[in-house]
Formats: sequence, C-alpha cells, structure tokens
Amino acid sequence: MALPRAYDRYWRTNLRYLAILLTIWFAVSFGCGILLVDELNRLRIGGAKLGFWFAQQGSIYVFVVLIFVYVYLMNRLDRRYGVNE
Amino acid sequence: MSVQVWTYLIVGATFILYIGIAVWARAGSTQEFYVAGGGVHPVANGMATAADWMSAASFISMAGIISFAGYDGAVYLMGWTGGYVLLALLLAPYLRKFGKFTVPDFIGDRYYSNVARTVAVICAIIVSFTYVAGQMRGVGLVFSRFLEVEINTGVYIGTVVVFFYAIMGGMKGITYTQVAQYCVLIFAYMVPAIFISLQMTGNVIPQLGFIGDINDGSGMALLDKLDQLHTELGFAEYTSGTKSTTDVFAITLALMAGTAGLPHVIVRFFTVPRVKDARISAGWALLFIAILYTTAPAIAAFARTNLIATINEQPYAELPPWFAKWEETALVAWQDKNGDGLLQYGPGEAFVGAVDQVRDGAGAREQGPYGETLLNNLPTDNRNEVYIDRDIMVLANPEIAQLPAWIVALVAAGGLAAALSTAAGLLLVISTAVSRDLMRMQIKPNMSEKEELWWARGGAAAAVLVAAYFGVNPPGFVAATVALAFGLAAASFFPAIVLGIFDKRMNRAGAVSGMLTGIILMFGYMAVYRLGWFVDQVPPESDWWFGISPEGFGSVAMVVNLAVALVVSRVTPPPPEDVQEIVETIRIPKGAGAAIDH
Repeated sequence: MALPRAYDRYWRTNLRYLAILLTIWFAVSFGCGILLVDELNRLRIGGAKLGFWFAQQGSIYVFVVLIFVYVYLMNRLDRRYGVNE
Repeated sequence: MSVQVWTYLIVGATFILYIGIAVWARAGSTQEFYVAGGGVHPVANGMATAADWMSAASFISMAGIISFAGYDGAVYLMGWTGGYVLLALLLAPYLRKFGKFTVPDFIGDRYYSNVARTVAVICAIIVSFTYVAGQMRGVGLVFSRFLEVEINTGVYIGTVVVFFYAIMGGMKGITYTQVAQYCVLIFAYMVPAIFISLQMTGNVIPQLGFIGDINDGSGMALLDKLDQLHTELGFAEYTSGTKSTTDVFAITLALMAGTAGLPHVIVRFFTVPRVKDARISAGWALLFIAILYTTAPAIAAFARTNLIATINEQPYAELPPWFAKWEETALVAWQDKNGDGLLQYGPGEAFVGAVDQVRDGAGAREQGPYGETLLNNLPTDNRNEVYIDRDIMVLANPEIAQLPAWIVALVAAGGLAAALSTAAGLLLVISTAVSRDLMRMQIKPNMSEKEELWWARGGAAAAVLVAAYFGVNPPGFVAATVALAFGLAAASFFPAIVLGIFDKRMNRAGAVSGMLTGIILMFGYMAVYRLGWFVDQVPPESDWWFGISPEGFGSVAMVVNLAVALVVSRVTPPPPEDVQEIVETIRIPKGAGAAIDH
C-alpha cells in the first residue's frame, strides 16, 4: 500500500473528480431536464425543444460519456500513485 | 410462412441456444455459482448487466408508457440510466475491492452486525421477489399473444427453461446466457424501430428521426406535428407533461438511487477480475442500455403520431387489420358513443372500468353495426371513444408499420429474452441470499462447499417455483410494489453502502437506525397513500407530503435515512479499528484478487 500521506492525496483527488463529475450529472438531468426545462424549451436542437431533448435523450448520452471519462481519470490516477493492477 | 411458424422457429432456436450455453458454462464451485469465478470480461459483463437490467417492462411497456406520458416519461429514461452513474462512481469499484459475494455480506461486515446483515437479506429477498413475479407474468403474456397458448401455459414453459439454466449454471451460466439474450433483445428492438423511423422521417437512425421532420409533406418537425395533434384533440402538449416539477424531480431521484441500490445489479460488479474492470463494465453496461433507452422515446413519438393519424375521425370499416386483431385480445376497444361510425380519440377514459366484451351463449364476441366488438362497459361523458393498452405500442408496432412476418416473430423472441434474463438474475440473488447470507453466515457456518452449492441450487429451485406461482396468480399489488422495490432500495441500501465507503466514522448504530427509519417511512407512506391501508380510502393527491407521489417518496426517505445515520453515528462510539481499516483498504484498488470466501 502507498504511504499514508500519498493515500490521503490519492483519496482527495478521487473525491475532487467525483464532485466535478456528479455536478455535471446533476446539471444535465435535474438541471437541464427538469428544473430549467421551460427556459431551455425556448431553444431548439433539430426539430426538438432543447429542454425536452435533454430530458429524453441528451442526459442519457452525457451519462455514458461521464462513466468513460471517470474510468480514464481513475486509471490515470491509479498509475500515478502506483495502486493499479 | 405465417407469423406463427416464424415465431415457433425463432423462439425455439433462441431457447436451444440459451440451454446449450448453460450446459457449456455450468458451475462447478460456489465461486462460479455466485460470481462466475470472478473472471468475466468487462464487455461481456456489460452486456449481461444490460440484459439483466432490461426487463419485460423495459422491452414491452416502456415505449408505450412514454407514448402516453409524453415529457413525464423522462422520469424513467433518466432514472433508470442516471443510476448507473451513481453505481459506477460511488459503489461498483469499492464493492469489487471489498471482494465478497453479496450486498448483505458488505453491510454485515462493514457494520459488524448480524442485525444489519439480516435487515439487508430481508430487503434483498423482498425486492427480488417483487420483480421476479412480474417477469414470469411477462413471459406468460408474450407466449399467449404470439403463440396463442394460455397465459399460464406460457408461465410454465418459461419456468422450466429458467429452472434448467439458472440452477445448473449459477452466475456463470446466467452471465453467458444473458450475453446471448442481450444480442437477441437489442436486435429485436432496433429492427422495427429503424424501419418505422425510415417510413415516418426518412432517417435510418431513430434517435435522429426523433428530432427530424415528418415525412408527410408538411415540412414540420415530427415533435411539433405531435404537439399540434395533441392540442387539437385536447391533450396537454406531448413535450410538456402534466406532473409537477417537484414530483418529477423526486421520482427521478428515487429511481436513480434505487437502481444503484438494487442487489441484482450490484452483484454484477463482483464478477469481473479487477477494480478497473468493475469501473469499465459499468460504462459498457450503460452504453448497451442507452441504445435501447434512447430508442424508446423515438418509438414512443413515432407510434403516438402514427396512431392518432391512423385512427382519429376514421370510419371503423376502413381501419387497418391490426385494430380488429388486437380488439380480440381486448388491448384496444372502441365504443361508438355518438353513433357516427367514426372513432373519436381524446383525453379521459372512454368508458368505465376494464374492457368487458359482450359475449353470446357460445362465448363468441358480439359485433356492432360496423363489425366492432361490443362492450358491456358504461360510457363516460367525454368525447373519447377509444381505449388503447400501453403494451400495444411495442407489440403491435411491426404490424402497424406493415413489417414482414419474421420481424413480428423477432419481437416475441426479444420480449422473452428480456423477461427470462431478468428473471434468472433475480433468482440467483434469492438463492444466494438463502445459501450464503442465511445458511453459511448465520445457521451452518461449517458446511462444506459442496453442501453450500446444493443449498444454492435448492434455493434457486424453490425461488423459481414461488415465482411461477405468483406468475400464475399475480397479486393485485404488483404494480404498486415495483415502485416500492425502488423506493425501498433507495431508502435502505443506497445510503448505507455509500456511507459505508465514504464516511469512515459511520458505525453500526448509525447505519441500522438510518436503514430502519428509511424503510419504515417508505413503507408507511406507500401503505397509506398508494394502498390505502390504515385509512378509510386512498387519500387524494392534494394530501401528498410536499406534493410528492408514493413513487417519488423513496428520495425523501433516503434523505431522512442519511440524516438519521449521520446524527446517530456522531453521538455513538466510532467503529472498531479493524473496520476502519476495511474502509481504508477498499478505497485503494490494488490487490483485489479474486472474490474470496472467508
């Protein structure tokens, strides 16, 4: 196992990644898809109202991307701290 | 060849495939039975998770539900996909590192308590049974509609097939069968969707057709056209919805947290070799799920537009043949309230109660002046004359769009794949709960591995039989209890697991009191506001706390659980040293090894 202080730094960086990614997760679904849906519906993407599109399509695409970004960031972090397998 | 012959051929071929895989991949040890030996490739695990997750309801009913709910349908789309983000970021890698087989294992060890373990076992069993009963019913329904056998005969056939491969193969057999089932179900879902998208919008990709222009020469966007049709008929705009923002928020959150807390989903991430594989398989799983979940709203909008254009203000005699065919099964019905021979479609119930067809002495349906099936139901006083079941949107779509017979047969095979894969996954959770969490951990700790494997198989066998019983005699509260399953998972497991990983100070007293408060609150709210227990009648929506429906109340119960757990844990002694060490270890990916027995 890594040294105690390295461990703390590793864990703090992990928590920072989580905070950023979960903020985006909240923003696209609860933000764009629910709370701001009426405002965004004044804009359009193709033939759909933007807020409606986020609720039924866009948020799902972002979710998929978020997980793959998380995997990339964490694998890089694991290698940096030598805790990968 | 007829639809029926095609259906026998395709369904028969897929069943032979599933059983063949089960024989090839049968489990020889408890480790293989519980977690497939921990050696499943992440992409295969992603597919298996997706098939496990997408049930008969996702495959058959979801597009139909969205079709009738419009914007409000987004709660399911976001709720059942957004949960995977929580799962991938907050749970999967840490639980994999923890390296045991089940959720009750984690709860029991992390909170050094058999009470906590028992609460978790009971929740896992309730949640899984609720679900599995619905799946067996789904198998029966698909059989009865496409092969024209009794629903119950369909349940029995499905039971035999699941019995065979779940009991023989354990997690190993199920995982590889589910990979095949995912391929069958996604192919069966996409082929009709692509054809219909082409017909209606000229676009091959349904997700793009959804935001494209409709192909009727008007040059309007499909969704604008649909909004216009809705407004003309007196419905709310399709893209606006009718639920309050608070309720949409609460339901979405409850479904997300519930998804991340469901035991049959979590256990999937114990089957891969390393922590980094657990992370990436959550990504693959969501990608495979997203293909269906982003197509469903497109199918919903296409089907809705098509349906309104095909039936509204049309004479019954000139309707396409599918209408009369599905009238036979009582999934559509028409009552000519104003006697003009045209179908008027609009908001509100067309008549009182469930479809009740007029039968003559020999049991044949009696027909009205236009050839329609007559109903005993009393008419309502609105102008709507048409009843349409939600399930028809996916099941009848290929016929409505006049696609060839083999595609209709494919949809039957897809629906069966979705129902069987979910049922098998849930049965495994139940059997593991019996053999491991109850027998090995609590009652008979010294039994041999071979004996434990027999308990696991016996547990699965008993669970299949109970599930078949509920499939034949569905309890009336099933619809309500599926929402309860998500609410319970959100109100109990999810906070307990997240706190167990991210809050080192969380202790037994905090976790147990939080879980119990969450479950009791959720159960009580559901009992009063959905089932009408303890009160004279089910209270009206205006009585809901904060305007939140029972379906969304899991999110409130979850927040209360978190608050109670945090407060109680801070005024009681911290957890013992060795437990704090467990928490430190699971935060570091290195050294996961295979999932190990004690």
